[in-house]
Amino acid sequence: MRLKASVFASFCLIIELLGIALYLRGFFPVPVKSSLSSKSKLSDQPAEPLAGSGPNSTQLPPPLFKRVVIMLIDALREDFVFGPNGKRFMPFTRQIVEEGSSHGFIAKARAPTVTMPRIKALTTGSIPGFIDVVMNLNSPALLEDNLIRQAKDAGKRIVFYGDDTWVRLFPRLFAEHDGTTSFFVSDYTEVDNNVTRHLDSTLKRADWDVLILHYLGLDHIGHISGPHSALIGPKLLEMDDIIKKIHTSLTARVAPSPCPVPESEDAPPDLLVLCSDHGMSETGSHGGSSEPEVSTPLVLISLAFPRKGGAFQPSTVEQVDLAPTLALALALPIPRNSVGRLLPAVVEQAPLREQLRLLHLNGHQLSSLLRDSNPTYQRQDGYELFRVAEKAHGNWMKLYLEGNTSEVLGNLGRKVLKQYLEALQSMSLALSKQLGRYDMYSMIVGMGLILEVLALLLLAMPEALGGAACVDVPLAPACLSLPFCLLGLLACSTHVLMCTSAEANCYFCSLPWPLAFSALLFVAALLCSLAAMAGKRFSLAGDPRPKVSAPGPVGRLQAGKAARDELAMLSVSGHGDIRPTGAHPHAIEAHSDLHPSHLCHICSVAGGNIAETAGSSFLAQTRSQVPGDSSLDWTLSELDILLLTGTVGQTLSLGASSFIEEEHQTWYFLLNTLCLAVFQDVCRKYFKERRALDEEREESSLLPSTTDGDPLQPSFSPATELGVSLGAEKWLALTTPLLTLVCCRLLRSLNQTGVQWAHLPDLGHWLNNGDHKVFLSVLAVFSLLLIFLLVQRHCSLVSTIALALGLLGIYSYRAAVGSVLFPWQHTSRSISKGTGEARFVYVFVLGILFTGVKDLLCSQVTAAGGGGHLRSRGLWEVYSGMVLLVALLLRPHNLPTLACCLLLQTLMVQFVWERLRYDAAQITIMHYWFGQAFFYFQGNSNNIATVDISVGFVGLESYVEVPAVILTAFCTYAGPVLWACHLMCYLSSERDRAAGALSHGCYCLAVLRSVPAALYVALTTALRYHLFIWSVFSPKLLYEATHVLIAAAACLIFTAVDHDHACSL
Amino acid sequence: MWDVEIRGMTSAHAIIAASIFMATVIPVVLVDNFSVYGTHLVWLYSVACSVAVVNIAVFWLLGISPPTKKNTLNYKLSRLIRSCVYFVLSCLFFHAVVVLYGAPLIESALETFSLAVLLSTLTTLRCLCILGPNVQAWIRVFSRDGAMSVWDTSLQITSSCSIVGAWFGAFPIPLDWDRPWQVWPISCSLGATGGFLTGLLAAPLWIRWHRKQLTYKLK
Ligand SMILES: [Zn+2]
Ligand SMILES: [Zn+2]
Repeated sequence: MRLKASVFASFCLIIELLGIALYLRGFFPVPVKSSLSSKSKLSDQPAEPLAGSGPNSTQLPPPLFKRVVIMLIDALREDFVFGPNGKRFMPFTRQIVEEGSSHGFIAKARAPTVTMPRIKALTTGSIPGFIDVVMNLNSPALLEDNLIRQAKDAGKRIVFYGDDTWVRLFPRLFAEHDGTTSFFVSDYTEVDNNVTRHLDSTLKRADWDVLILHYLGLDHIGHISGPHSALIGPKLLEMDDIIKKIHTSLTARVAPSPCPVPESEDAPPDLLVLCSDHGMSETGSHGGSSEPEVSTPLVLISLAFPRKGGAFQPSTVEQVDLAPTLALALALPIPRNSVGRLLPAVVEQAPLREQLRLLHLNGHQLSSLLRDSNPTYQRQDGYELFRVAEKAHGNWMKLYLEGNTSEVLGNLGRKVLKQYLEALQSMSLALSKQLGRYDMYSMIVGMGLILEVLALLLLAMPEALGGAACVDVPLAPACLSLPFCLLGLLACSTHVLMCTSAEANCYFCSLPWPLAFSALLFVAALLCSLAAMAGKRFSLAGDPRPKVSAPGPVGRLQAGKAARDELAMLSVSGHGDIRPTGAHPHAIEAHSDLHPSHLCHICSVAGGNIAETAGSSFLAQTRSQVPGDSSLDWTLSELDILLLTGTVGQTLSLGASSFIEEEHQTWYFLLNTLCLAVFQDVCRKYFKERRALDEEREESSLLPSTTDGDPLQPSFSPATELGVSLGAEKWLALTTPLLTLVCCRLLRSLNQTGVQWAHLPDLGHWLNNGDHKVFLSVLAVFSLLLIFLLVQRHCSLVSTIALALGLLGIYSYRAAVGSVLFPWQHTSRSISKGTGEARFVYVFVLGILFTGVKDLLCSQVTAAGGGGHLRSRGLWEVYSGMVLLVALLLRPHNLPTLACCLLLQTLMVQFVWERLRYDAAQITIMHYWFGQAFFYFQGNSNNIATVDISVGFVGLESYVEVPAVILTAFCTYAGPVLWACHLMCYLSSERDRAAGALSHGCYCLAVLRSVPAALYVALTTALRYHLFIWSVFSPKLLYEATHVLIAAAACLIFTAVDHDHACSL
Repeated sequence: MWDVEIRGMTSAHAIIAASIFMATVIPVVLVDNFSVYGTHLVWLYSVACSVAVVNIAVFWLLGISPPTKKNTLNYKLSRLIRSCVYFVLSCLFFHAVVVLYGAPLIESALETFSLAVLLSTLTTLRCLCILGPNVQAWIRVFSRDGAMSVWDTSLQITSSCSIVGAWFGAFPIPLDWDRPWQVWPISCSLGATGGFLTGLLAAPLWIRWHRKQLTYKLK
């Protein structure tokens, strides 16, 4: 199959998009949620199952405990209590666990073992879904039904001391709190003293019902020096002392009283819960799912439990079991999304009727959650078991209410109990299986697709960047080959095996089987054609290539125009052969139709082999297979090296979480270096190589492309357009990169983003401060004027007028919203939503876009003659429509960003890109870099919180989902979109560009987007248990996915605009 | 002829490298609480001064500087003044470039300027020593294939290594490791110094390696 490079690139991006969608679906499993979003209420509780309607049947049993102290020691590993360390460092706790009235368990936490999600698990009993956490980064308050809110609603007073994550999760729920920040990891004494200092006074008081203590010191010690550090022992001893203190205080209330029996009848005893959010690994970190990280101790101490003796062996439970247990023990409703089950040991001292009642409540809650989350809930074992147990419970109740007290009743009751426990276990297991786990199968299939596409794109590079810009994809022959049949069979059987296995619970399996099979077959076909392409490339590489026999390097191909600049150098080439310079232009002429543009300048080595990066050597190697390009050595210009290493290095930097948080720094840094490199090129052109300049003048008369005098072509030549002389042009060319640098520096201080320096004051805040409204207004007016001047140059008259009106409308919209001052406006005018003004602008945006599209369509029809002119005008009008929309959506202090963007584009085109004759690939990379930098100049970051959601309301009375999402996405990605759009205008309008330029640009854009996306997907798979997977890596994954979507759309438009779809054989 | 020149250059480079080492060690004795991180500016200026002094001394003694046509005191004085002006200009230039790269404008201006001084010492000062205050010669040396002697090549290599070193030195700054060497401008000046030392080491080796390919135009 022979495809145009742009078509090929669009196909690749669309396939990649599908792969990413599948990957994301596996990476973010849909969370289990109850269909009712509200929280459980006491009145909703089911009645006891019994035949008649007995008295008190809908009431909850009385609470088992009066007050509860929850002591959470961050990163307390199970063996710190139950292992040999516990014996040495926590003697009191160990003694209580082994001999006292207590229950000890090993509670298993789920990955990711990070504090915040684990606190959520402990209090809601659910396993928070990954997508939940990412989406809730904006509002840190826990909105889900949880134990704390239930306790508060039941009128209990809750006191909290410790990690301030709790205070952020549960705002206004604590009667009293003192949060300590865990920011300074090096501090492990002060954080705990801040908690303990309140303890004595609080324990003496009686005005609280729930006391929560969260100790961070142990976690910090773990991070500093690991679980075997000498600091651990003293810290555990300190914790042990605190447990002793609390225990003494709780039991003292009961013990000294002369007749404890009647009082404990009235008021149930207190409960002390010792638990931990997660453990720590052998290196002291946490986040993953290794055994020491997920095993935490859970110790419940209360006088209500019987003393025990003999050997003690803690049983294993789930961390989420604590929430329903505590809820039931305190006579609170179970949080709605809890997947935990009651710990039967805790209630075993209660009367049998109450035990059954509690188990029934738990079972009811789990079964309704199962019904909501699982479409095939009736086929689940647990659900069936629960129905049976409920029926048996009803029978038992009937006997019980009849006053039967025989042995039979007891035996029957214990049987019902056992049935309930089995049902609970089964349902809980079924539910937690759906949660908090990566769907690795879908992820791997998606990732395979993405990586294959990347390999395909890279393998096609020599062909796609060649003169014809056509790619030969051997898809059809691959489909007929034997390996394809084998691979397809293998893939399908694997699929069947995966999906029929017991724990199959993945998205890809839930797809209809024909769809899944065809996807797998497509993957196999792609793999085969990939292998065929690779085989072709590398067998060619193995062949002894026919060396160019010409004695001089005349035959050695020079890549188009690069050669002219290199001429001076080559004439003293290191091989000692002096080139007859007169022959040179002919060489260009002869070959320029074959290879007009290249990613890398091809030239023979003159002196030094510049150290070749992996990427460049790959390129050089693949490039050398292109027929005709058989030069012996390869070097790249400094700019090429920078572009390649920058792209590769930036991708690799995403492996570090800090570089993701501060990605804008990387782009600013690269962009600055790029400007300096361009500056160097400009200097070299105008200062050093005078000789080459003279050659060029001679040469230009020989090149046919510059001699055409089509008057309809839009003129991009600065000398004619701006009326500047050649000398002035030189100085303008020299100042353009410097001006770019200054602009970038100013824009950079407009919006501080990232994490580390986000708090620093920036110009944006200063302008948005109400006192500086005048400055903001002046700046906005100036920016809008500049935008008008820069955009109207290539527009038709109608569009120009529409543009002017639209820009006026934008200003009046901003004035109506109240962010800028309107000159003729009374101060008393109230601030409106500006819906009318915004709609006024939308009309012009649509009008300009419509005109542009109409011109484009006309140009398609009349391909010959004035088609080119119409097309470039149409493209420019589409572009200006987008500029107008962006100007409306961007916040007013960001208007200078847009103006700068347009200014830089104009200057760069006029004085640098056109003059220095960069090829399409270089231009594309530069556009991409600029686009990325402007993404961050706008104030974006890799954190979901910086997305400006208010954009979705511009011109709308209320929230309408589809336009709001589209507008928000468009505004967020305004920078990359505008630069991609400009790239299209530039490549298609330039006069002496070869026909393939647009295809080359499209292909390069696809490669530039695929490389980071594919590598990042691989990276997140590898780092899925990283400590920051939720806070840093997942939001970035969503950003990358959206960016691929935008790039795919851009590529499709490129392909549609590209005139010659046909790819002649 | 070749070997003599390379050997001379190697020893000159060794002396300069040793001076950087001494500039790091000697202040430990002289200055209280001296450390490369803690009192970074002291270290920076100590290195800059020693490199400057040693460079001037070495090139004065070796007589690398281009032969002056006029030997009058006046001419020498004007050359000296021009050199000083160029040096200050280059400091300002580097300062501007570093600010454009994102260094704070006002807040840590002294640190930024110190880095600019160090960079100028490692690059411009050597140019001034070897080529004299002659912009045409500078442009010639720093354009492709403009080197006319081993010293020119050495100058190209050490200067670009210093600047690339400083460039790479900026990489660790965004990392959230809270290490003492991440403080501005420590990593950059360490990078620049490291790059300079690498350049000093690499230049003789590179020239020796490529001695066959190198053909310098005769003056
Ligand atoms: Zn923790
Ligand atoms: Zn931690």
